[in-house]
Amino acid sequence: MDLSFPYLSTIVFLPVVGLVIIALWPKPQQKTVKLTALIFTLASFVLSLAVFYFFNRSSGAIGQIQFEEKLSWIPAINAFYHVGVDGLSLPLVILMTFLGVLAVLVSWNVQLRPKEYFIWLLLLETSILGVFTSLDLVLFFLFWELELIPMYFLISVWGSGRKEYSAIKYVIYTLVGSALMLAGILSIYFTTGSLNMMELAGMSAAKAVIPLAAMFFLLLTGFAIKLPVFPLHTWLPDAHTDAPTAASVILAGALLKMGGYGMIRLCVSIFPQVALQYAPILVVLAVVSVLYGAAVTLRQKDLKRLIAYSSVSHMGYVLLGVFALSQISLTGAVLQMFSHGIITGLLFAIVGLVYDKSHERNLDNLGGLARQMPVIVVVFSIAGLASLGLPGTSGFAAEFITFVGSYSSPAVPGIQLYTILGVFGIVLTAGYILWMLQRVFYGPPLEKFSKVPDANNVDKICIFSFVAAIMLVGIYPAILTNVIKMGVEPIARLLGL
Amino acid sequence: MTVNEFRFLTPELSLLGTAIAVILLDLFIKQKRVLAGISVAGIVISAGFTVAMWGEPGVAIFGRMLAVDNFALFFKLLMLVAAGLVILASQDYMRKFQRFQGEYYALVLLSAVGMMLLVAASDLISIYVALELTGISLYVLASFLKDKKSSEAGLKYLLLGAVASAVLLYGMALVFGLTGRTCLMCIAEYVQGMPGAGLLNHPALLLAMVLLAAGFGFKIACFPFQMWVPDVYEGAPTPVTAYLSVASKAAGFAVILRIFFVALGSPEWLSLNWGMMFAVLSAITMTVGNVVALLQSNIKRMLGYSSIAQAGYLMVGLATVGMALGNDALGQSGLIFFLMSYAVTNLGAFIAVIAISNKVDSDEINKYTGMGKRAPLLAAALTLCLISLIGLPPTAGLIAKIYIFSGAVQNGLLWLVIVAVINSAISAFYYLRVVKVMWSGAPASEEKVPSSWALRTALALCCLFVVLLGVIPGGFVGIAQAAAKIFAGL
Repeated sequence: MDLSFPYLSTIVFLPVVGLVIIALWPKPQQKTVKLTALIFTLASFVLSLAVFYFFNRSSGAIGQIQFEEKLSWIPAINAFYHVGVDGLSLPLVILMTFLGVLAVLVSWNVQLRPKEYFIWLLLLETSILGVFTSLDLVLFFLFWELELIPMYFLISVWGSGRKEYSAIKYVIYTLVGSALMLAGILSIYFTTGSLNMMELAGMSAAKAVIPLAAMFFLLLTGFAIKLPVFPLHTWLPDAHTDAPTAASVILAGALLKMGGYGMIRLCVSIFPQVALQYAPILVVLAVVSVLYGAAVTLRQKDLKRLIAYSSVSHMGYVLLGVFALSQISLTGAVLQMFSHGIITGLLFAIVGLVYDKSHERNLDNLGGLARQMPVIVVVFSIAGLASLGLPGTSGFAAEFITFVGSYSSPAVPGIQLYTILGVFGIVLTAGYILWMLQRVFYGPPLEKFSKVPDANNVDKICIFSFVAAIMLVGIYPAILTNVIKMGVEPIARLLGL
Repeated sequence: MTVNEFRFLTPELSLLGTAIAVILLDLFIKQKRVLAGISVAGIVISAGFTVAMWGEPGVAIFGRMLAVDNFALFFKLLMLVAAGLVILASQDYMRKFQRFQGEYYALVLLSAVGMMLLVAASDLISIYVALELTGISLYVLASFLKDKKSSEAGLKYLLLGAVASAVLLYGMALVFGLTGRTCLMCIAEYVQGMPGAGLLNHPALLLAMVLLAAGFGFKIACFPFQMWVPDVYEGAPTPVTAYLSVASKAAGFAVILRIFFVALGSPEWLSLNWGMMFAVLSAITMTVGNVVALLQSNIKRMLGYSSIAQAGYLMVGLATVGMALGNDALGQSGLIFFLMSYAVTNLGAFIAVIAISNKVDSDEINKYTGMGKRAPLLAAALTLCLISLIGLPPTAGLIAKIYIFSGAVQNGLLWLVIVAVINSAISAFYYLRVVKVMWSGAPASEEKVPSSWALRTALALCCLFVVLLGVIPGGFVGIAQAAAKIFAGL
């Protein structure tokens, strides 16, 4: 394999090439636009699989950054264009490129200003990929902020309901978080003189500009808003509900993971001692997120809002795994991010299909759709069962590892109790998922839905790909955990556990 | 004084010559566009002279009246660029000026000459003279439309400007009374030798410092001297508003930086004192600007308040310079880079507003509905500039903020940076409101929005630099670092 080829830059910027072609194409046909978007996202996905294949999994490479590229960028503040992947980021890169392709397929029927729509969608993919691959704090921050612009437009122009309110709420929440994050990044920089995330791991500062704990919380707030953690989650239901389907898929599937990734990569690995000190509080917050999120989900009437709230609950597991601070729990957290990405991505994609075909999202008015939509009902059931952690699906593997890891973690006293409380969240999940399936698909068929069609071929390709991914990770989780281990082990070592 | 020293004045002299030539030719030339061409040519020549001197070691000329250093040269170039872009962008606005076009160009050039002298002035007297030359040209320009609002804007600007000048003069008089000198470097010498530490032991110096800051605070529109901004910005012709918001503000920052850094930069306690003064004013200025901007429905007023907020961010740089005690030049270079970014961004925004308002004949934000359909390129350019004003990638605004705030964090102003970044989050709300109206509303009519090639060129240049500064800032940061070397030696 030729290491000098810039695999990662190509993966990250292929969507941008696609969007430039779309933007410069004079009066393109709808089909041209869609095919261009599909080709470039697909190319990016295939390349990321190649990176996954060539990724060095030998024990000598543990904690190593692979496929690294480094160029001088702003010499005055020592900032570099520095990208690379390790076991922590690679699964998330694959997740994003995978969702990128499917988001294009999900949007196959977009009629309103398709040219602009796909431009924003492609820019969104690049910015998220940039976040997962950057190893320089300023570059990371740049991509982190870049994501806001396409998401703002996607929600406020192509959304539904109170779309403009939701879009601006999303932007303001994120900006406040990233504002604090910037302050944190700058104080790290002036304490150490470095912006390199890998060099900074486990930093010890003799004279910090502010206490390390303050830096930790400045960064954490930004990530907690994105993940989201109770009580900073209120932007999420609005944004998810009012976004167009593809944006919801990416929002829930990949964007929330930026928060979890940031917590592990920056908060935990740069400030391991601070993380250990404050882990008990954060673990409690995680359990509150899980239970509160699940309880609120039970009460939702809108199908999309229901899935959105379930994300709050499921991202609580990620927070639990991260701040249980053991190697197994961290592995579980990363796997849970990946697994939630594909499961919730699928759930949103199907909700989009149901809504497209039946023009109804209110649970009270739905019912008996199983007869009209045999394919959709099967896939929806699989997704729902994966979401509640049925063995054989990725949800089971991820949640099981997370719980085992956190239950046995020595980092937080009394974590066994919190873990058990967290496991109770699964019971609630089972409650709302099964209840939802019943209300949407079962019961007597309704007259008004008699003409509703089932999934067409494009839809089928899209949802079956999701199912395949869920099954693959569920049956053989080692395909990912072997990689995740490479990134998580050095962090566990820093924690000294 | 030797004749040789005139060599250093070539940029100003050539521009002055152009201004006089424009007024004279105005009498003979019917096709007024030619005058715009001559003005731009004069600006390019002057810029050429300026660039030619770049990198030479700093010198003081005319008995220390003026300093020729990288710092001054950089700001001269910035003034010239702003004046050139404003003249290009004025082409679509000319019909409103009827027969006074020649005077308009000449006044823009003369005020540019004034600002170029202002940024180089290193003596209280030359500073005051240059300030008045700038001010008087700008007062006239603000009332150039001669309708009710514009006249009111001009008068308001004149009256408040006169008060500010008086305050400034009083401050200068106190400094002179205290030190017996007017040249900045001589004042520095005296201040360094003062016995006793702490401003309270030197009440006259304290008063002088406050009065100087107040006088220039009017120029840069910092709290509590920002009241004139919205009315003047709204009433003045839009190209003049753009010019005021960029060139005049940048010149104000340059002269404040020179006075405080050169004359009052040491001893330590003095520098820390004015650094903290600017830090507090900065926090209040940006908050006032942003909060009031939220309530605006007129785009020129909104951009007016937004420029107050931006002045607040810029003052973070001033505060940093004070707190850094001359240890590093991050404050200066951050301020300079931010001014570069702010200049192209704000000019771009105003130029787009000129073109759009020209067609819809209104500055109300809700009249911009559906612009994304009617004028996609103009709307895209305005969107880009607004995104840069918020400070989002991939634009100049983000890098400028990171750079200027990084200096502040290094010098113990983390609290100010947190106030500033939360402020930029608030600002997203009103900037994005314009974006939303342009892209998601239905157009009021299907008519296209015409614009001249001159305006399009100016706008394209602005947008190009907004993106360049945002994506490959390395070279521009290098320029800012070179320009941060203020000539302070005797």
